[in-house]
Amino acid sequence: MDAFVTLDALVAPLDRANVDTDAIIPKQFLKTIRRTGLGVALFYDWRYKDAPSDGRTEGLTADPSFVLNDPRYAGAKILLARENFGCGSSREHAPWALLDYGFRAIIAPSFADIFYNNCFKNGILPVVLLPDQIERLFSEVAGTPGTRLLIDLSAQTVVLSSKETFPFTVDPVRKTHLLEGLDEIGLAEKKAPLIDAYEKNRRERAPWLTPAV
Amino acid sequence: MARTIIDKIWDDHVVTEEKGTALLYIDRHLVHEVTSPQAFEGLRMAGRKVRRPELTFAVPDHNVPTTDRSLGISDPVSALQVDTLDRNAREFGVTHFSMNDHRQGIVHVIAPEQGITLPGQTIVCGDSHTATHGAFGSLAFGIGTSEVEHVLATQTLPQSRPRTMEVRIEGRAPQGITPKDLILAVIGQIGAAGGTGYVIEFTGEAVRALSMEGRMTLCNMAIEAGARAGLVAPDSITFDYIKGRPYAPKGELWEKAVDFWKSLPSDPQATYDRTVTVDISSLAPQVTWGTNPGQVAGIDGRVPDPESFSDPVVRDSARKALAYMDLVPGTPIAEIPVTRIFIGSCTNGRIEDLRAAAKVVKGRKVASGVSAMVVPGSGLVRAQAEEEGLHTVFIEAGLEWREPGCSMCLGMNPDQLAPFERCASTSNRNFEGRQGKNGRTHLVSPEMAAAAAVTGHFADHRTLSGS
Repeated sequence: MDAFVTLDALVAPLDRANVDTDAIIPKQFLKTIRRTGLGVALFYDWRYKDAPSDGRTEGLTADPSFVLNDPRYAGAKILLARENFGCGSSREHAPWALLDYGFRAIIAPSFADIFYNNCFKNGILPVVLLPDQIERLFSEVAGTPGTRLLIDLSAQTVVLSSKETFPFTVDPVRKTHLLEGLDEIGLAEKKAPLIDAYEKNRRERAPWLTPAV
Repeated sequence: MARTIIDKIWDDHVVTEEKGTALLYIDRHLVHEVTSPQAFEGLRMAGRKVRRPELTFAVPDHNVPTTDRSLGISDPVSALQVDTLDRNAREFGVTHFSMNDHRQGIVHVIAPEQGITLPGQTIVCGDSHTATHGAFGSLAFGIGTSEVEHVLATQTLPQSRPRTMEVRIEGRAPQGITPKDLILAVIGQIGAAGGTGYVIEFTGEAVRALSMEGRMTLCNMAIEAGARAGLVAPDSITFDYIKGRPYAPKGELWEKAVDFWKSLPSDPQATYDRTVTVDISSLAPQVTWGTNPGQVAGIDGRVPDPESFSDPVVRDSARKALAYMDLVPGTPIAEIPVTRIFIGSCTNGRIEDLRAAAKVVKGRKVASGVSAMVVPGSGLVRAQAEEEGLHTVFIEAGLEWREPGCSMCLGMNPDQLAPFERCASTSNRNFEGRQGKNGRTHLVSPEMAAAAAVTGHFADHRTLSGS
């Protein structure tokens, strides 16, 4: 996983609430056995005119009414979103697709839990801001082409071009993992003696948990 | 200190804790073909093994065809994913119910059926509907593929303690009101994000009165309220369901287990971070009209006018939903026509659901222009239904009787809505494109799906005329 320290990037706005992971990446792309190459399928049904249901990605026409197809947002690495972003299915294909497309941070008033977790596992920073701060950003992005934001994970701030600063909170453990791009499995493996001890104790305490078959 | 069942299960599974993040031990890991290939590949690349293969259970369910299985899977990409699960299960020594095993089915149907799911456990699966297993008084939640890999390798997960929410269902359910109606009413009241950050405990007399199948329907959709997990404290109904199932404890271990399980219910003085009461004493059968499960009304209601919502975000969501669903504000729900019916899924694909649907269609015929399918949740549900003759009832009424799997709940297999088709579905998500691009999904109970099948529109199953 790539570390996330600071990000100074163009912002793309997605002005709708309850964007679910089916919309972020529809079912036909979940058949892959790889993590990569999903960026082309991000927001597939919204992004392409007459997107076929077979999962074809070549020869499609971009739908100019979808915000990410607006040339002014080309190259955006920050997605500005509405409440309950990433709800629904647990599919990690959603952050994989966002990452592959180029997004490294998502700013929203709230996220669905599983999606929020999945972002951290892939070097994407989900930032929760207050509703009025989100409104401010939406109007800023709409009114000022080329709006960029500076996200500083160490300082836990989102800085506007006016230097106005919105602080955000993040779990300290997740913050460290993201700042250092740590391998969480490797970290847990270092605690193997504790896991061994837990299992031994539990076998005595709750022997019925060993499956009968 | 008085504790909720959620606190008790949590405390029981903390291996170690650091800065508010616990390393939580996982008792059961369920695996399906869609969210696991990259996790097994990750293990392989790092030279890691599955720490506790005997606690890990795999089954293909999303991609499997619901038609003649002997023909195999026609889509080569789907076939590769199912074969990959098969290969990974063998290579890593994980118990596997293969596509042609008579016990195969939707992971959330077969784990309870096999006695793999037990009270007081932590259960995870790379699938958001893992919440289903909370029906047994376990802490069960969906995880992403990176977390699947973490559990495979270490049998643990780093987690922060969830907030607790009591959803107290008050009042007695009116006759003909189903668990699906209860959970849709809960989501309608608290909203599709109302449970975010919480684990829900469902309480109240109406919950205690539910069968295990009903409790599974209830907990299954906790995720649709934003909660990662929902649960119901175990009681004698739970124990009776589990007893004698293949993977359940036997003999002396059974007695020990039951003694422990009886200590799980929340202490009387326990408090929750939030408590919500939902009164169901005058609830009508529920039908969703929008594109999230919280956009729901009674069968006696009407499609709402988006302008009637004061919150601008809710108003905008309703506008977008009605445009997608092609519905006009003020239309009576009972006048919305449907052409497709899907009865099945991890929400409503169990034997009680099929019995309820069969009761409604018995002696009736599917309306002209309507195509209806019944997809049992597992091979054992299918066999049980056939033993009871339910398949004959469905077939005589003109519904298709299929092989088990996730099917048209999400349409990863060929079972999909055509563009703009309108479906009464017993599944759990009415998102845009969920059942097929531009398909229009209305979530309902099995009884209501059956009533829509025979009338061609939404209808109160309790007052259907003639038979």
